[in-house]
Amino acid sequence: MPPRSPRSRRAPVDAGCRCAGLSWSLVSEPVIVARDLVKRYGDFAAVDGISFEVAPGESFGLLGPNGAGKSTTMRMVGAVSTRTAGDLSILGLDPDTHGPEIRSQLGVVPQSDNLDTELRVRENLLVYGRYFGLPGRVIAKRADELLAFAQLQEKGKAKVDSLSGGMKRRLTIARALINDPRVLLLDEPTTGLDPQARHILWDRLFRLKEQGTTLLLTTHYMDEAEQLCDRLVVVDKGAIMAEGTPADLIRRYSSREVLEVRFGSDRNSEVAERLSGIGDRTEVLPDRILIYSENGEAELVRITEAGLHPLTSLVRRSSLEDVFLRLTGRTLIE
Amino acid sequence: MSDVTQRDRIPPGARPRPVRSLYAGNARAVMLRGWQATRSTNWLVMLSGFFEPIFYLLAMGIGLGTLVGTVTTESGREVPYAAFIAPALLAVAAMNGAIYDSTWNVFFKMQFAKLYEGLLSTSLGPLDVALGEILLALLRGALYAVGFQLVMQVLGLNLSWWALLALPAVLLIAFGFASIGMAVTSYMKTFQQMDWINFVLLPMFLFSATFYPITVYPEWLQHVIQALPLWHGVELVRGLTTGDVDWAMLWHVLYYVVMIGVGLVFTTRRLRALFLD
Repeated sequence: MPPRSPRSRRAPVDAGCRCAGLSWSLVSEPVIVARDLVKRYGDFAAVDGISFEVAPGESFGLLGPNGAGKSTTMRMVGAVSTRTAGDLSILGLDPDTHGPEIRSQLGVVPQSDNLDTELRVRENLLVYGRYFGLPGRVIAKRADELLAFAQLQEKGKAKVDSLSGGMKRRLTIARALINDPRVLLLDEPTTGLDPQARHILWDRLFRLKEQGTTLLLTTHYMDEAEQLCDRLVVVDKGAIMAEGTPADLIRRYSSREVLEVRFGSDRNSEVAERLSGIGDRTEVLPDRILIYSENGEAELVRITEAGLHPLTSLVRRSSLEDVFLRLTGRTLIE
Repeated sequence: MSDVTQRDRIPPGARPRPVRSLYAGNARAVMLRGWQATRSTNWLVMLSGFFEPIFYLLAMGIGLGTLVGTVTTESGREVPYAAFIAPALLAVAAMNGAIYDSTWNVFFKMQFAKLYEGLLSTSLGPLDVALGEILLALLRGALYAVGFQLVMQVLGLNLSWWALLALPAVLLIAFGFASIGMAVTSYMKTFQQMDWINFVLLPMFLFSATFYPITVYPEWLQHVIQALPLWHGVELVRGLTTGDVDWAMLWHVLYYVVMIGVGLVFTTRRLRALFLD
């Protein structure tokens, strides 16, 4: 699947009504409403007051570094973890009192595959459908459709352990769809997959989106968020740092383009002082200097006119990664 | 992609039903899963467990039995040694089958296969999972026991028509052990801890009046044995297959009913604590 530019994607469902909160309910009841959601383990707050809403058919992303509280949020939305405080409503129901009802309408793709390795590929779908109390006839039909959807028709009788990482992931997604869920929860769907497998997976998820399935996904891959999310929040240390469409966030927290120049590790910081006034903002990294600007080429011309000759230079579009790093910092979080 | 949608099945304003969050009435889906898994992977392992008590019966009952001759039961009857130990081994067969599935298999599914995590993200509740797994373990125990009782019949070791009631009795025993076994396993975190289960089971198997009457022990030790579950199972089944039936046997039944209840409660609570925190 060719990567799409953000412009070609469908406009976010709520594009017009974010400003006027009241018109929300007129358009469509949000499927997920979280207000000041908190999850504490002892003294540690894994999720510390997160609020967001997801509209039907929307594809909503939770972005953040490891340990930001994404998975914990997902577990609460998936009605398998109780909140410590705050309000949470999934499909209009409170997970504290309607866990099974909510879970029956969700599809869950957990961070690490938990396929049933004692069962074969197709059996995994059949048995999983039974957990929802669906009739065998319905499940069998759906299982075949989903195997085709996941491009695993040939693998129906294979053992789960014989599948590649990408195939296992697709099977997990197929399994999550066996109950025809209204919302699909994906926790880091493509972590650990090679580029080919990721693109196939994105393509499948995009199809689901087109069919109107609401997607809630976590990721720390910026390209993934740009590919799949209509709207997203950047989460760090259990709290929301920013919210908006990918294009929105780039506009607000970065510039249109980024110029990357390298003068060699020993010269970068020395040269950086002479670059003041060039670009909206510069950032000096050990190996290169980033210059945020509306027009990268023009800035490069100014640099060379100033008599500076970078060893390499690169002008690229600003990405969510720039936003993400600006918001969550460059220090390694562990 | 769908012909039946979930959408219409649940009214948006459905009332809270706390029990339903524990139990969706769908334990059979969990059993079905176990059956499929057994069918496609580990039925050979199952077979080995079946022969263990039969080997004991042949070695001890027939072999050693020729030296021992007869044993006097508590009611004063003389019965052949093989007929004395066979019902005990029948109870053991039920126990073993139930324990295999509810301990090591459950441990694996819990710690490594992440099976329950997946199950509990569906509309199943923890009681569905507990009950499904326990009933499956019970079935394995029952399967072993039925096979063993057929062997007993062939060898002429069922001394009374009461022996027919040994089958439901054995189901009860298997249920009790499966229930407690899964409850205990759900608290285990390491292989070392799992070994403790065997450490308890082996002496219980050898000393629960399995191979000789409990009266050989000093009185205090008898009380210890009588507190353990297997003794109740052995006495119950022995009473039935030898035809020594009296009302006091209902105490044994009660013991197992309590054991089943306690096991289910703890397993359900533990599953909820682990996977629905």
